[in-house]
Parts: sequence; C-alpha cells; structure tokens
Amino acid sequence: MFGRFAALRELSAEFQGGRLYAIFGENGAGKSTLLRIIAGLSKPTRGRTAFDSAAEAATAQSVGYMAHASMLYDELNGMENLRYFGGLRGVTGPAQLHDLLRKVGLDPKLNRRVGDYSQGMRQRLSLARAVVHDPAVVLLDEPFSNLDTGSAQDLARLLGEMRSAGKCVLVVTHQPRLLEDVADESLLLAQGRIAARGLGINAAAVQPQARETSW
Amino acid sequence: MNKKLVFFALVTLGLLLYALIQSLYDAPHEETMGDIQRIFYYHVPSAFVAFAFFFANLLASLVYLKNRSPAADSFALATAEVGVVFCTIVLITGPLWAKPVWGIWWTWDARLTSTLLLWLIYVSYLILRRFSSGGQTPVLAAVLSVFGSVDVVFVYMSIRWFRTQHPQPVIGGGEGSGLNPAMGYALLANVVAFFAFSALLVWLRYRLERSRQQLDELHALAAERGSINAS
Amino acid sequence: MSSPEWKPIAKPSYAPVVVYPTFLQTLLSNLFKDLRLEWRSKDAINAMLFFALLVAVIFSFAFAPTPEEARQMVGGLVWVAVLFASIVALNQSWARELRNQALDAYRISRASPNALFLGKAIGNFIFVSALELVIAPLFIVFFNLRALGSTTALILVFVAGTWAIVINGTFFGAMSLRTRSRELMLPLLLFPISIPALVLMVNVTTAVLTGEGATRRPLDLLIVYDIVFTTVCLLLFETVLHAE
Repeated sequence: MFGRFAALRELSAEFQGGRLYAIFGENGAGKSTLLRIIAGLSKPTRGRTAFDSAAEAATAQSVGYMAHASMLYDELNGMENLRYFGGLRGVTGPAQLHDLLRKVGLDPKLNRRVGDYSQGMRQRLSLARAVVHDPAVVLLDEPFSNLDTGSAQDLARLLGEMRSAGKCVLVVTHQPRLLEDVADESLLLAQGRIAARGLGINAAAVQPQARETSW
Repeated sequence: MNKKLVFFALVTLGLLLYALIQSLYDAPHEETMGDIQRIFYYHVPSAFVAFAFFFANLLASLVYLKNRSPAADSFALATAEVGVVFCTIVLITGPLWAKPVWGIWWTWDARLTSTLLLWLIYVSYLILRRFSSGGQTPVLAAVLSVFGSVDVVFVYMSIRWFRTQHPQPVIGGGEGSGLNPAMGYALLANVVAFFAFSALLVWLRYRLERSRQQLDELHALAAERGSINAS
Repeated sequence: MSSPEWKPIAKPSYAPVVVYPTFLQTLLSNLFKDLRLEWRSKDAINAMLFFALLVAVIFSFAFAPTPEEARQMVGGLVWVAVLFASIVALNQSWARELRNQALDAYRISRASPNALFLGKAIGNFIFVSALELVIAPLFIVFFNLRALGSTTALILVFVAGTWAIVINGTFFGAMSLRTRSRELMLPLLLFPISIPALVLMVNVTTAVLTGEGATRRPLDLLIVYDIVFTTVCLLLFETVLHAE
C-alpha cells in the first residue's frame, strides 16, 4: 500500500531455482514493487516472502537486486565499488572480483570513475554488484533500458547462464523479444494482479482486460 | 453523536465557567501585583497540561515503537498538538505577567528554558510529521519524541549548572513562597477545568485521526478487492 | 574475450568459504569509503571551509570587539560557526548514499546498520575536526586571542563538543533522508536537541579563553550527554534506516 494506492493486490506466486521468469506489464502495474518486496526493501502491508531451498543456508536467503538506479558510487572506480559491496558480504578475494568483472564484460584494471562510464558499462557493473555474493535469487528491474542491441543481447545471454547455473532469475522488462531464447516462463501483471502466465515469453502477447468500474 | 462525548463536553463547559468565575471574581486580590496576577490561573494550569501531555506523547511513542499500533500513533499526534497549543499559551502568558510585575520579559533559568526547548522540540516534531511521507511518519515521529524527552533532562541540568556560573534575575518568586489558601482553591479549580478541556481536545483529535486511519484502511481494502479503481 | 562459464550454486568442496565480515571490518570499510569519496569530490570540505571563513569575517565586522571583549564572545561565535558549517558536511554525507540509491544496496546486503551509522559518524567527526583545525587559527588571528586557561580542557571540549554535534547530526541526517525539504529538516531537528550541549561547550570554551570559571563539571556533563545520545542513536538507528 502506498497511502490509498494499492500497488499489489492479492498477489501470490511461486518461483523456482534454475528458471528465468520474465515479468511484463504496463507502467503502474506493480512490477517494481513486487521486486522490491522480494528484495526486502519494501515491507508488504500484508503477506510475506518466503525462501525455501536445499542449498546452504549462507546463500539460501540471499538476493541480488539490480534496478534503474545503479546503486554505485560515482567517484570510485569499478574495482573499488565491487570491493566495497563485496566486502559487505565477505567476498574479498581479488581474483574472484576480477573474474566477476570479466564475466560481465568489464576490464578489472580500468581506473575510470564510474561517473564517467557509459550507460552500458554502468549497467554491467551494477549487475556485477548485484551478484557479487553469488545469490540464489537474482532480481532485475528493466536491465535493458538504455542499452544498445549488442550489449542487451550480451546481458540476456548472461542471464541465461545464471539461470542454467541454478539461480532463480526474475526480469522485469518492456522488451520481451530480448528474452525470447532464455525465458522459461513469463507473467503479465496488471493493476497489481497476475493477469496471465505463460511459457517462454507468451504472456507478453496477452492484452490486459478492460478495466471495470463500479460505483 | 457519541453520548459520552457530549456529556463530557458539557461537564467541561461547566468546569470552565466555574473556574473562570473563581479566578476573576472569587479569588482574592493580590496586594503587591494587583489584578495582573490573575494570569497565574491560566499560566500555571496550562503548564501542567502541556507537560503532562508531552509526557503522554513520550509514553505513546514508546508504545508505538514497541508494537506499531496505529492507535498509539494517533494518541501521540493528538497529545503533541494539544501540548503545543498549551505550551504556546504558557510562553505567551509568562512574559505578559512577568514584565509588569518583575520588570523583565524573560530570563534563562532552568524552568523557562526547558519550557521553551520543549516547545521548540515539539514544533519540530509536528513539522517532521508534516514533511515526511506516509509510511515512515509514525516511526520517525516516535523516535524524535524519545530524543526530545532525553534532551529535556539535559537542558534542565545544563541550565542549572549555567545559573551557578552566571546568576540571572529570578522570575516568579522562589520555590518556597507560600500560597494564600483562597488562591490555592481558585488554582485547583482552574487546573481541573484545564485538564478536562485539554482531555476533551485530545479525545476529539484522537477520534479524528483514528477515523482518518480507518478510512484509509477501508479504502485500501476496497482497492485491493478491485471494487474501486484506486489510483 | 572469452568469459568464464557461470559456476553452479552447489559448490564443489574446493570452493572458498565465505567469511562474513565482523562489525569492525564493516565499520572501517564504510569509514574508508566515505573518506575516499569525500577526498575525490571535496564537495563538503570546500563548502564548509568557505562558509566558516565567511562567518569569521562577518562576526569580526559585526562585533569589532576589543581583545578583552573578544575573549568573552569568541567561545559562542566559534561554536555557532562550527555548528552551521557542519550542517553542510552532515547533509552531504547522506546525500552521497542517495545519489544512485546506493543505500538500498546496503540495506539488501544485511550488513550491520550500526556499522554504517558509526562509520558515517566517525567520518563526519574527522571532517568537522579538520574544519576546526583550520578555523581555530583564523579566529585567533582575527580576534587577537590568547588562551588563558587550561589547554587540556580546550582539547577535551573540542573533542566532546564535536562528537555531540556529529553523532546527533548524522542520526537526524538519516531521519531526514526521505522527507521533503531534506536539507532544511536536518538543522531543524538538530538545533533544539543540541542546545544543552551548546550551552556547555560555549561555557567551557569561554572559561578557558578568559581563564575564569569552572571547566570540570560542565565537561563531565558534556561527556555524559555524548554517552547517552550515542547510546540512544545506536539503539534507534536500525528502526530509522528501515522505516519506509
């Protein structure tokens, strides 16, 4: 609830590891709120988020979150940012961090401040920050916005790899085509509810029902 | 209309009228100060009320921090607002009384400074409530209330120490100055009347705030079920 | 460039075990991050210094005191200048976290909230102390001062007084984070709460400058103030951080 505005209404869903879920919907449908609640940033007025897994306790409850805001420090360079956020979670080995940067397509030796990065580089670093602690669940809110096609495809491929490695990946996006090859399931949110679920990116094709008004 | 409320309002009105007569007519004329002294019957009860309600605000805030009950938050808001009103009365009637009688508007003694500070803190409390957004308002306000209350203790101690270094003129006579029993009766009548009146105000404000909260909740439930298109 | 495959979650036995950082490690990590950020941008430091210089100059002109009068007044003036100038640093220290929503990343990481708070408070303490080291000579020069009292008391009052401003300032900065007129809210909340500490700080400073007046009792009270409020802040910070 945001004051009188119900962002999500009676929404109940289950997500599994090793699958990539694409989430579509118009603006205001509640997609970002859903991710923020799973990430633990917003508390739901009613209801709860539960994690259930056979994996080790350390990674079981951990979540990686990437949103439109980069959640990085502009004055530091890539490695410094990663070292800080990794340090918060106990991930400190320089080799590990270098590997991670290379995986997302960035040069670990680059000494440029993040404020001077291009949009594509910033998104890559933000992704690295989100998964530095190897979380079981990865949440991405419109990761492809402002990316050129090449970078966007790279990113989609990376997400697919994460899915194959056993992570549960949730991606909110306005560009279903990019996830064509990697999405296992998709959901369509409308007015805070799940309006459709489908295999692959099929849910994107569904038109939301006309709004009913009753006075 | 709530019958208890109406009854209480009428009783309060009666008490106020009685107290007014007491303070303006029945209470004896003060020799040295003259009629201006009658402000005393408004100044002192207002102070009691303000301090009592600020204390109630602290309690409500602690309860809120413990169990997040919206009722506790409503009560905190109501007591803060009414407290500020009466504290303002204290701060205005005080200098008005002091100037003709003791020759100065103000002095930085422990009592006056603590009162002024309490007023400042609670005004900032109300501003914080106004400027913060929905979900966090009750929590932030409750936290500020705790800070304010701890602070008042320190104000008292630090000003008391300050006075030993820099003697200041005294307002209001010493602590031990006796009170004419007839005046004491008028004072008591006013204290009771003021408490009744302020309790009535708090009750009304509390009801108003609770109604607003419940309206929001109902609205939200309806929005959730989809019977209204909330936006 | 061939990127390595993403490793599956079920870790093979040779994989490094994650060791969670201690409170102290997180605190230092936060502190150094803040120091580094400020060093690179120098936003707050420059504004603070300039502001303090302006205040010193204006006060000099406004009051034009004799050296005798100056000793009585400067205690108050210097603390007012420090208080107002430190508002700049305090606002900046949280603004940094909001710029790209880095604070959200901290909250998700479940790292200790108090480590964040203390790290910031200590960072702010360092900045404000740096400010004081610069403007103290300035005041001495402008007002032709010479301290007549105990230097230990002077040092103690500056340490305890700065901490009093900084600990509450950092806390109220966090409280103001999501309010309207955020930068106005901080001084609005901080000033009333700081009044008792200010009374004590100014009195001790004046006592040291003039060589008259007790310093022991008020310093004790100031230190108690610091301890009590630091405790209250630590108890309530997590509540404020997650209030949404």
